[in-house]
Amino acid sequence: MVNSQELIQILTKINEKIAENKDYLTQLDSAIGDADHGINMSKGFKAVVDRISQMKDKDCGSILKTAGMTLVSTVGGASGPLYGTAFMRAGQVVGSKTELNFDDFISLLEAALEGIKLRGKAQRGEKTIIDSLEPAIEAIKKHKEEGEAAALKRVVEAAKEGVEYTKKIVARKGRASYLGERSLGHQDPGATSCYLMLKTVVDWITENKGL
Amino acid sequence: MVGILLVSHSLKIAQGTLELIGQMTKGKVRIDIAAGTADNRLGTDAQMIKQKIEKTHSGDGVLVLVDLGSAVISTELAIENLDEPLKSTTLIADAPFVEGAVVAALEASFGKNLEEVKKLTEDVKKYSKLG
Repeated sequence: MVNSQELIQILTKINEKIAENKDYLTQLDSAIGDADHGINMSKGFKAVVDRISQMKDKDCGSILKTAGMTLVSTVGGASGPLYGTAFMRAGQVVGSKTELNFDDFISLLEAALEGIKLRGKAQRGEKTIIDSLEPAIEAIKKHKEEGEAAALKRVVEAAKEGVEYTKKIVARKGRASYLGERSLGHQDPGATSCYLMLKTVVDWITENKGL
Repeated sequence: MVGILLVSHSLKIAQGTLELIGQMTKGKVRIDIAAGTADNRLGTDAQMIKQKIEKTHSGDGVLVLVDLGSAVISTELAIENLDEPLKSTTLIADAPFVEGAVVAALEASFGKNLEEVKKLTEDVKKYSKLG
């Protein structure tokens, strides 16, 4: 489905998407956090692209692990070690493969989620990245039998619903947790950046793999 | 001597705390800071924290003081990425940043071991500022 060179293309697209949404993510973060999510994420992903652009001859695991290590040392906010851990775990799961299939995609998402949960000591319903990522993974598994195109479409829908859900819950983790009830009504920036990444991956696969 | 590392989002908070401590310990303690990002934004950097732990560790362990959220997450990641014996002899203090840092530095300078310094630093939570 996706080889090393294509994985680099997808990560490059994620960088573009985050850069386009830099002000939007920062604006969401200024309502309930420290107003730096867009800036931090765009710094991080720009560094990722600089670091992996010459890695097309490497395996997918090395590319994902390099992306994770780069995020850890360049993002600055909590999303650095959280997304960094997610990409490093994803890299461990796919290992030395130079081509990823649909099941690999599910496995790497599951590993990423597990990494974020452990690193952040967080679970669903606390207004974090997990609120869009976990429902997306449940959706892809649930609709897998309907075919790849249908399942991928569900990923984006579920992640989007997860983002909407964060408006209805109180933040229990991160800077927003200091606001308590006052975080209600606001959309979580981390859940949003995760949705944007998932949508970018799905859009790329749909467009380039004729789904 | 136990080393102390101050991990803050803000370089100024870390430098200011270091200055406060310096008044009392007069250079007789192994202490360093890992604060802000490499490009001078507010934030924490797990890679920077890891390197500072390695530098501060003299064999007797390092106690890390952290400020908010990502300081904790980045430090936990940094510790996980350390090699032994540093990994098992680097601990995070569950304590207020400034008061904890002062107590940690003083106790370390008195030659207490890592567990003792950690315990005494965390006891800071019981202090009442208003008596």
